[in-house]
Amino acid sequence: MNNTPTKDRAGYVDKLIDDATQSLSRDEVLLVAIGGETSNFVRFNHTLVRQAGSVDQMHASIDLSSGQRHCSMTVGLSGELDSDTAVFASAIDRLREQREAVPDDPYFMYATEVSSTSQVNPGTIPGGDEIVDTIGGLAEGTDLVGIWAAGEQFSAFANSLGQRNWFSSTTFNLDWSLYLRADKATKQQYAGFDWSTEVFERKLAEQRAHLAILERDPVVLAPGDYRAFLSAAATNEIVSMLMWGGFGIRSHRTTDSPLVKMTSEGRTLSPMVTISEDTTNGVAPNFESKGFMRPATVPLITDGAFVQPLVSPRSSREYDVATNGANSDESPASVSMLGGDLDTSSVIGALDTGLLISNLWYLNFSDRPNCRMTGMTRFATFWVENGEVVAPVAPMRFDDSAYGLLGDRLVALTSEAELTLDPFSYGARSTESSRLPGALVNDMRFTL
Amino acid sequence: MTSMSSDPVLADRLASLLPTDVDYCSIRSMSERYEQIMVRNGVVEPVHSVDDSGVMVTVWSNGGSGYAATAGSSDAAILAAVTEAGRWAAISVGRFAGGAPVSTGSRGSYRTTVDRPWNTSSLAERIDQVKIATEQLRTDDRIVDAQTAITDRTINTVFVDTAGARIEQTQTQLMPDMRVIAHDAGQTQSRSLGGFSQMGQGGSEVLDRFGFGPAPQRLAEEALELLDAPNCPTDVRDIVLAPDQMVLQIHESIGHPLELDRILGDERNFAGTSFVTLDMFGSFRYGSDLLNVTFDPTVGGEMASYDFDDDGTPAERTHLIREGILERPLGGGSSQQRAGLDGVANSRSSSWNRPAIDRMANLNLEPGDSSFDELIGGIEKGIYLETNTSWSIDDSRNKFQFSCERGTLIEDGELTTTVRNPSYRGISSTFWRNLSGVGDESTFEVMGVANCGKGEPSQVIWVGHASPPCRFSDVEVFGAES
Repeated sequence: MNNTPTKDRAGYVDKLIDDATQSLSRDEVLLVAIGGETSNFVRFNHTLVRQAGSVDQMHASIDLSSGQRHCSMTVGLSGELDSDTAVFASAIDRLREQREAVPDDPYFMYATEVSSTSQVNPGTIPGGDEIVDTIGGLAEGTDLVGIWAAGEQFSAFANSLGQRNWFSSTTFNLDWSLYLRADKATKQQYAGFDWSTEVFERKLAEQRAHLAILERDPVVLAPGDYRAFLSAAATNEIVSMLMWGGFGIRSHRTTDSPLVKMTSEGRTLSPMVTISEDTTNGVAPNFESKGFMRPATVPLITDGAFVQPLVSPRSSREYDVATNGANSDESPASVSMLGGDLDTSSVIGALDTGLLISNLWYLNFSDRPNCRMTGMTRFATFWVENGEVVAPVAPMRFDDSAYGLLGDRLVALTSEAELTLDPFSYGARSTESSRLPGALVNDMRFTL
Repeated sequence: MTSMSSDPVLADRLASLLPTDVDYCSIRSMSERYEQIMVRNGVVEPVHSVDDSGVMVTVWSNGGSGYAATAGSSDAAILAAVTEAGRWAAISVGRFAGGAPVSTGSRGSYRTTVDRPWNTSSLAERIDQVKIATEQLRTDDRIVDAQTAITDRTINTVFVDTAGARIEQTQTQLMPDMRVIAHDAGQTQSRSLGGFSQMGQGGSEVLDRFGFGPAPQRLAEEALELLDAPNCPTDVRDIVLAPDQMVLQIHESIGHPLELDRILGDERNFAGTSFVTLDMFGSFRYGSDLLNVTFDPTVGGEMASYDFDDDGTPAERTHLIREGILERPLGGGSSQQRAGLDGVANSRSSSWNRPAIDRMANLNLEPGDSSFDELIGGIEKGIYLETNTSWSIDDSRNKFQFSCERGTLIEDGELTTTVRNPSYRGISSTFWRNLSGVGDESTFEVMGVANCGKGEPSQVIWVGHASPPCRFSDVEVFGAES
């Protein structure tokens, strides 16, 4: 397997791009965005190993232009220099051929000022044998299900103008649940750069305490409006929906954004809500695929008011607005929301009577223009009365608008914003993250 | 990497790399090539192509199992992956969740029948076709966004193992995606074709099957009509779901609940579990007598037609639900072993870099005996719903809420008023028992989706669904705020 150290990988990418650049004609510009990983995955069910293995992969997205005419291609790379050099040569030939058939692209834009950077975030993570023994041993006697994903991820940008950007992180992400029975479970995540068995043990102990409450007979609530506390993980689900078209300029200009009323009618969220794209404190690279650098922070909503959209290079040309380094999907990669003044240890008392919601699940819009969304409670959701946790609550469907949940019905935000590394790995392990507080809300609407 | 699917002796070369000192080993190479042409508001977006391939090695040894995926194409890279998979198998010994190799050494090949290959015309001609369709969407100043894309994808899989399997399969798919957004007086409405249902294996004939040619004018007219349409009423009434909404209904409330790995708990941390339990198979009444559901990898032109799954198991048409009674789960060989139940050949992976898990493939609702007019004609107060736009369902696949792009009221047996923002909600375990009418063969449409997500690590895969329109009694429907 490819265990090439980061320094050598960066050098490898340099060599590939240098060679490819030599083959260009004077009027051609080459843009290359590379992503890769050497990752271990261990999937658990019933505290046993369900599937375990490793994935070693690297892909390059190559854009070849002449003036405003260009095409792009994503190719898999093997890490074998002769083979990958041939892949690049073949891709360039194909892109040249395709370019003959396409018209000028009026929205094509790439960085012309060379800005080279390198950032390496090392980590200390256990090997596969150690993690299987640790998790299997410490969780023995429980019903643990989930995924361990760990290893080095890297991103690079390079162009024929000489720009080189490198970003790599060695991280782990253990995302798991402990089940009592049927749908009674408590979910946790432990992710970061340096693994600590003590931290894992502490999180397991917290879950075991939750399981004791889940033993109680569940409360079945009638549909209606309930005061609720949304944990940071639950808040993350709400904010993730806002990220689905909520912050990109294209979705606002085409009136398809769930937050379109903030830009078209001046609608606002609660003054407590301040949201930004916070690249500095995330784990996503600080450059995008056309070579533009991302600012450390891009304020999106400040004190409840929409400040500015995310603008990709392509939208920059289309709408004549400066790019702020957004990806082509114009969704935050490192979303951050400021905390409030609710002490985390006082949450249950502040809730007094209502729902303590640890996770939400499978959200989607039920009325997009009004930012109304629906989804389910999942994992440990508890009924609280007079500041005491009474019993678990059977899964319920909510259907409510973010203009209410994060607007006039938002009571408080916790003072601590929690960092969550995205556990998804569609195609490759995600580099997205969120840093969000918990939220206390009034009259959250449940329908089923 | 070097394209492996072009190697005429690839299967033999991979077979020569199989180890002899383990209980079982499989090597699956998979390559994916696609080209996407997209035009948005008259501007040709960059033509984007993908050429990716790699190898997944799975080893079973001493009661453990492990895998290793590599993009390397050389013998040395693949042998290193064999060693790595063996290392993981050793790590899992004593802590493995169960199961054993399922391959019986099948041999064979599958190739999509393509009547009219999409890429035989020049790239310029293909771009023109997409551009013309997009222009036809822009019929009115109230059309604020119009885009069309066509994606042509070929997936080649070669599978060999120590049980003697030699399998080569090539699937060619064409996926149109057309959508139009209309906006006026604070109201935004959209119509689409393709993105969530209209796609299939084949070439340009797939476009004809879904009426791609005349679609732009219809979609634009309907989006504009929705701007001025009344909001969907809120009440309980009969609903008729068009085939492009049945795709979603089947997928979420039959397909996922019947996945055997969910029932066995593998997905409890992510995609969820199921309200279906192992003891229900053979006796549980899933729906009314009208409900017949098959796993059918033999349907020509359907997205997930194939001869073998990714564990090398031969695939065949099998009833999962017959006359409303649940018969079999969607479970591949490994899950079948763990559950002690018969299943189907649905162990699939999204790519070379992911292990196979239980997935839907072609999951179809079989035609009944009602014409479309008969479905509508029997309803005093109802609504006809087309084209999914939102979907949400709980983790045991029971409580759902779905929204559609367009609704048409049914009054005294006739389609009458178009309404906007229609949604409906229900509970899977009772919803299908209210199935009161199933369209006949003439109304049956073969469709699919390309974005089914599941698994840890995550996988998104293509599946097929075919269905006629269906009628359900007494369903809660509602509209939006405005």
